Amino acid sequence: MTISIRSVEKKFGRYPALNKVGLEIADGELLALLGPSGSGKTTLLRVIAGLEFPDAGQVLFHDQDVTFASAAARRVGFVFQQYALFKHMTVAKNIAFGLDVRKGKDKPSKVEITRRVDELLRLVELEGLGGRYPSQLSGGQRQRVALSRALAVQPSVLLLDEPFGALDATVRKSLRKELRRVHDATGVTTIFVTHDQEEALDLADRVAILNQGVIEQVGTPEQVHDHPVSPFVCGFVGESNRFEGVVSGGRFTSGSVFLPATGLADGPAVAFARPHDFSLDGSGFEVRVNRVHIQGALAHVDAETADGRRIDVVTSRDQAEHFTGTVRLAARKAHVFPA
Amino acid sequence: MAAHRRSTDDPVWAKVLIIGLVLLFLGLVLVLPLAAVFAEALRKGLQPALEAISNPDALAAVKLTLLTAAITVPFNVVFGLCAAWAVAKHDFAGKSLLITLIDLPFSVSPVVAGLIYVLVFGLQGWFGERLIDHDIKIIFAVPGIVLATIFVTFPFIARELIPLMQEQGVSEEEAAVSMGASGLYTFWRVTAPNVRWGLLYGVLLCNARAMGEFGAVSVVSGHIRGLTNTMPLHVEILYNEYDFVGAFAVAALLCLLAIVTLVLKTALEVAQPAVRGRSGH
Repeated sequence: MTISIRSVEKKFGRYPALNKVGLEIADGELLALLGPSGSGKTTLLRVIAGLEFPDAGQVLFHDQDVTFASAAARRVGFVFQQYALFKHMTVAKNIAFGLDVRKGKDKPSKVEITRRVDELLRLVELEGLGGRYPSQLSGGQRQRVALSRALAVQPSVLLLDEPFGALDATVRKSLRKELRRVHDATGVTTIFVTHDQEEALDLADRVAILNQGVIEQVGTPEQVHDHPVSPFVCGFVGESNRFEGVVSGGRFTSGSVFLPATGLADGPAVAFARPHDFSLDGSGFEVRVNRVHIQGALAHVDAETADGRRIDVVTSRDQAEHFTGTVRLAARKAHVFPA
Repeated sequence: MAAHRRSTDDPVWAKVLIIGLVLLFLGLVLVLPLAAVFAEALRKGLQPALEAISNPDALAAVKLTLLTAAITVPFNVVFGLCAAWAVAKHDFAGKSLLITLIDLPFSVSPVVAGLIYVLVFGLQGWFGERLIDHDIKIIFAVPGIVLATIFVTFPFIARELIPLMQEQGVSEEEAAVSMGASGLYTFWRVTAPNVRWGLLYGVLLCNARAMGEFGAVSVVSGHIRGLTNTMPLHVEILYNEYDFVGAFAVAALLCLLAIVTLVLKTALEVAQPAVRGRSGH
C-alpha cells in the first residue's frame, strides 16, 4: 500500500499542529515519524489512520482519496501508546475483536477466528496466553497483544504511536527487533511515531523528522544522520557540538574553535560537529582535557577551550591515552548552516 | 512487634485523639439518632409498629416511594450515561456550562426545586391552564413527585461516571472503532463494561436519595393521604399527629431500605476493590 500525504494542515484551536505536510510512503516500507513532543508527529499518524481529519490537504491510499474515510474503511491497524487493550476481555478476545465485529458473509467462522488468533499469538510469541486478561500480562506482553490485535484485521497499513514508550530499556530493544521481524514477515506498510532517535534510526527504512508541524527532512537513517538539511535535524539526530560564529574564506570560526566550511558564503553561521568527527591534529585548535571515560570500545572525552567552551569528543579506546593535558583538535567535517 | 513507622505517621496521642473525635462525632450525630428511631418504633412492642406499617395509608406511601425510585433510577441511568459520555469523550462548545448545570441540583435547595415545578406546572403556572384543559395533573400528583425527585437526584450517576470516563480516555473506543465496530457496539462492548462498577455505585446512591427525598417532594405532593404521600412525607404527617410509634415505625422501615442499599454498596466494594479507587470517592 503506497500512501501519499499532500499538503495536509491541521489546527487545534489556533495552534497549528501540521503545516502543509507532504510525505510519500512506499509499499511495504517501515517509516519512522521522529520529532520532539509537540512536533505534530502523532497528529500526522492519526490523520493517516482516520482518527483525526485534516483541515486542508489530502491523504491518498494507493491513489485513492481517503482524506475523510473512517479508520475502519481504510483498514488500518493502530497500536495505541498505552495499548488501549480491552481490560475486561481475554487476550484472545482482544485479538479477535476486529474479526468479531464483522457482519454477514465478511465474518469469519468461529473456527477460522480461533485459527487466526492462534496464528497471531504464535507470530508475537505469546502462545498459551490467549486466556489471560491484560492486567495479568507484563508491559512487553501487552505491547505484543496490541500489535497482534492490530494485525488481526490484515490491515493495509500498520500504525504505531510511540510503541515502546512505556517499556523499560531492555524490553524496548527486544521488541524493536520483534517489530522489525513481524514487519518483514507480513510485509505490511508500517509507520511508527517516536521521539527516540536511536529507535528511529535503528528500526526504520526511512525516517521523517518533524519539527513544529513541518517535515524538516525525510531520508534513510544514514542520510538524515550524515547529511542533515537543517540545523534542527542536525541538532536532533545524533550527538553534536553546536557553535555559533562566522564563516569567512571557507572556514567557520567561533572564538578559538575553527571548523571546515568549504564552499560556504561568508557571514554569520551556526555549526555542528559530531563528537566522533574530532581527532588530534597538530594544526587544530587548543583544548584542555577535563575527563576521559571509557565506555566499551569507545572513549568519551570532555574537553574545554581556553574561553570556556565545552566540547564532547568520542574516539577509539586505544586513542584515549593521548588525550591528556592540553591537546590540539581538528574536525574532519562539520555541518555549517547560515544563521 | 511494632508496626512499620512511616514518615507521615502522627504520634500515638494524636491518632487516638483524632480517631476518638471522629467516633464520638459519628456516635452522637449518626448512630444515636438511628438507634433512637428503632427504639421509639418498638417502644410499645413489635405489634403496634407492624400495625403502623401495614396501615393502608402507610402501604400506599411505601408503594409510591418504590414507584418513584423505580422511575427515577432508570431515567437517571440513561441521562447519567448520556451526560457522562458527552462530557468525558467529546469536546463541544458549552461543555463547562453543561457540567455546571449537572451540579445545579446539588447547589439549589430541594424546596426551591419543588417550587420551580409548581411555578411551571401549577394552577397559576406557565402551563397551568393548558394542562387543566387537557385534564393532565402534574402538581399534587404522582408525575410532579417523580419530576421533583428526578431533578434532585440527577447529578448522582452523571457525577459518578464523568471522572471515571475522563480518566479512562477515549483510546479504547478509538481502538474499537478503528477495527470496524459501530458506535452502539463500542458502547456495549467497550465503554459500558469499563464503567459498570461506577454506574452501579451511582445507581445505589441515586436510589437512596430518590427514596429519601423530602423537601422537593413535599412542595409538589399536596400531602394527600394514600395518594401522593411518599414515605418521608408520611412520617412527617404521623409525627405531626403525635402518632410517634407510627411515625418512627415508618421511619425505621425507610432506614432499613437505606441500610439495605448501603450494605449492598459495601458488599460490591468488597467484591470489587478497584471501585473505590477509581470512582474517586
